[in-house]
Amino acid sequence: MAVDEQLKIEMGRQGVFVTTLEELYNWGRRSSIWPMNFGLACCAIEMIATTMARYDLARFGAEVFRPSPRQADMMIISGTVTKKMAPQVVRLYNQMAEPRYVIAMGACAISGGPFKQGYNVLKGIDRYIPVDVHIPGCPPRPEALLEAFIALQKKIDAQPLTGEARPRHLDAEAPGEFPVPEPGEHDLEPAANTSVWTVPVVIR
Amino acid sequence: MSASATRQEGWSKAPAIVDYGEGELLEVSMGPHHPSTHGVFRMDVTLQGEQITKLKPVFGYLHRNHEKLGEGQSYLASMPYTDRLDYICSLTNNWAYALAVEKLVGQEVPERAEYLRVIVGELTRVQNHALSVGFLIQDMGASGTPLMYAFKEREKILDLFESLTGSRMMCNYMRFGGCRVDATPAWLDEVRRVVAGLPKFADEFERLLCTNEILMARTQGVGVLPAELAMSAGVTGPMLRASGVNYDIRKVDHYGIYDRFDFKVPLGSHGDVYDRFMIRLLELRESIKILEQALRDIPDGPVMDPKAKIRNFRPKPGEAYGRIEAPKGELGFYLISDGSGNPYRYRVRPPSFVNLTVLEDMCLGHNVADVVLILGSVDIVLGEVDR
Repeated sequence: MAVDEQLKIEMGRQGVFVTTLEELYNWGRRSSIWPMNFGLACCAIEMIATTMARYDLARFGAEVFRPSPRQADMMIISGTVTKKMAPQVVRLYNQMAEPRYVIAMGACAISGGPFKQGYNVLKGIDRYIPVDVHIPGCPPRPEALLEAFIALQKKIDAQPLTGEARPRHLDAEAPGEFPVPEPGEHDLEPAANTSVWTVPVVIR
Repeated sequence: MSASATRQEGWSKAPAIVDYGEGELLEVSMGPHHPSTHGVFRMDVTLQGEQITKLKPVFGYLHRNHEKLGEGQSYLASMPYTDRLDYICSLTNNWAYALAVEKLVGQEVPERAEYLRVIVGELTRVQNHALSVGFLIQDMGASGTPLMYAFKEREKILDLFESLTGSRMMCNYMRFGGCRVDATPAWLDEVRRVVAGLPKFADEFERLLCTNEILMARTQGVGVLPAELAMSAGVTGPMLRASGVNYDIRKVDHYGIYDRFDFKVPLGSHGDVYDRFMIRLLELRESIKILEQALRDIPDGPVMDPKAKIRNFRPKPGEAYGRIEAPKGELGFYLISDGSGNPYRYRVRPPSFVNLTVLEDMCLGHNVADVVLILGSVDIVLGEVDR
């Protein structure tokens, strides 16, 4: 239940701050997202550039890059995920504590990008783990990463704490572990996690 | 073949304590996710207490089929892919590839284009060396600050690249027989302004770091690479020169127009991490000298040879090897043409991969904390190592 905007303003004039638990909780969550210190390829350099003085990711409460997945809230898949690396990425995601979010940064993380024809390149990390924000670009500019970050904050802000759309860490039924793919005879097995990804239907 | 047979032995093994008969040894897998492996590189180290007794590098976590893709597409289509080899210095990769193809077809390059190549190449070297020193010190535990200085300067140079080529990192600027677009006089003035500020940056960076007691204690005498080993292993670039070997392809080959510039080749004497760090700072200053000369002498004229063939580009059967002194060492492209539109064989000789082969020799006997530093001083980029 949201607070009436007019009431909020009026109470504010009297020196009373009115909010809901949901708003306060989400405000706290979205203002201190700690990303994981995890670089894969070219986009990682742009990710580092985003954290540096010129673009300054710290303005959004996300400068604390944690090397350990246990302490991180967000994973930026910054670069090409190869078939050798994909199991490690999924394993790292499994080790993160809920609530956890994923930004797929760049063409390679979304779909394989320019290396899509390659025999060793995974055609999109969203085949194995749920991705919250996709950023196109090769590599995306730091501004694009900031934009994705703000989009993620908006997404967190809009999450109700109860009901169907509640975040996964408040849902006891939501899966905590995602199956880690293993190298098979020709490809990773399984080729995709069907609970998070289905073959897209092309409408012509 | 069953699924289990294709699985690599021990690829996901947890740290194990193994009794080799000389006390207990600990096997630790560093990477592929490690904050200081510079990407997705993995080292399987065997430790006796804190000391390294064995180190096995594991590659391939970023193998993106670069060479195979290059064989399946036209010569020009490989140019943007070379940007993504060593993604910190895309312009020198472009240059090496353009040089190899120009050698294959006997293509001339106009004067102005050569100067532009030198300017963007040396700017690339400046930002790479600043960055590699920043990352090296980041690995040492100076979290953030030196890297921010390096990135501050890098952003200025990236702005120049962006206004010239349209992209910050993946420039895709060189063509066979010249450069894609001409530089405006305003751009050259902007470069002059940035280059005029570079010596101040170098001074500041040196003052911040060179006499730092912790830095000297951590790097001097660590990871010594003897000159004989460096030469026999094929190590090139700042690493080889830090060991005292005078070998710079800009001086040896005189590719492009490097014989016109007056610059020195800094040499180390100990071959340790500190020398490698200092060599990069000194080379940065030499690059500024080259930039000043090139900006002074740059002539007018076309940037693309008008006779250069772009459509229906089919070199005669033959082979060519083009190499340049990339910021990390000798970057070479070996091409075999069978007369068709695609290369028959497209091989990259990446400097950081070859430089990495001596990693175990440098690390043996050192503490595990030094391994991170020694790896940082090799200055690897995984896009180039795994290709």
